[in-house]
Amino acid sequence: MQSREAEPRDDLVIAGEHFRSRLIMGTGGAPSHDILERAVRTSGAEIVTVAMRRVTSGGAGSVLDVVQRIGCRVLPNTAGCYTARDAVTTARLAREALDTNWIKLEVIADERTLMPESVDLLDAAEQLVEDGFVVLPYANDDPVLARRLEDVGCAAVMPLGAPIGSGSGIRNPYNLRIILERARIPVVLDAGVGTASDAAIAMELGCAAVLVASAITRAEEPVLMAAAIRKAVEAGRLAHRAGRIPQRLYAEASTAHEGIADLTVHTG
Amino acid sequence: MTLVVNGASRELRDGATVVDLLSAMQLSPERRGIAVARNGDIVLRADWVNTTLAPDDRVEVLHAVQGG
Repeated sequence: MQSREAEPRDDLVIAGEHFRSRLIMGTGGAPSHDILERAVRTSGAEIVTVAMRRVTSGGAGSVLDVVQRIGCRVLPNTAGCYTARDAVTTARLAREALDTNWIKLEVIADERTLMPESVDLLDAAEQLVEDGFVVLPYANDDPVLARRLEDVGCAAVMPLGAPIGSGSGIRNPYNLRIILERARIPVVLDAGVGTASDAAIAMELGCAAVLVASAITRAEEPVLMAAAIRKAVEAGRLAHRAGRIPQRLYAEASTAHEGIADLTVHTG
Repeated sequence: MTLVVNGASRELRDGATVVDLLSAMQLSPERRGIAVARNGDIVLRADWVNTTLAPDDRVEVLHAVQGG
């Protein structure tokens, strides 16, 4: 029997850094640090996001302790910022606090949709790239904006599949396909994943990675969902690399017709 | 003097620096994970020790929390 072929490495590469996992985990919404730690470990994620907020009595930095114990790269975000100025300042505060020049750039337009404010997003991205940041912008699923973000020097582009926390999957796979076809930087699906199949679809379409927070942290069993989404990301990636068959309206026989027996009954 | 720290009034002695404020908040300035903004602008870690706060300053002391 032939030995199984060794799986070649298929790393996610962002700004020259290599990662084995193509699942990036957001830490928002976890019921406790303990569950968060077990979920992150189970997910296999090597990059996890955190937010910057006011220190409250009770001490600073416990989520950071979790991240450090696991040995992940910490990716601060600018969640809650509505203007380019606030986002740029928050990014600089995060760099100062966490010794990282990586930033998940979020500039949101309103609380109800949490959709990106594209004009300020592009402005902030440009300023931060200029200032030496590795910028990963949370963007709308707009191919033109994705291209503009790439042009100003973002290290990746992270279009939403659906509004943050909505868990409603990829609402516009056609736009995502256009973004994927044109991008020369990694495309990370950010927001919208509700369950494992959503992550698999993103990866099958060709996303370089998927960022998942609520789907894991707010699941009834976050650790189980972390395992499910990890497998979905891996399966989707393999399927993408394998090259799927085209979708057809009618059947396409998988068994050859040649050589079929003549079983006609001749009577009389 | 009175200033506003993380949205709440706080009394500090005149001439207090950012490091004095952090000490009063029982935060070690050496500890990784903390950032400070004063009146909307970042105060770099290297400047904490010699940045003197003024009455009515709005100071934000931030750290990493679950998010995103």
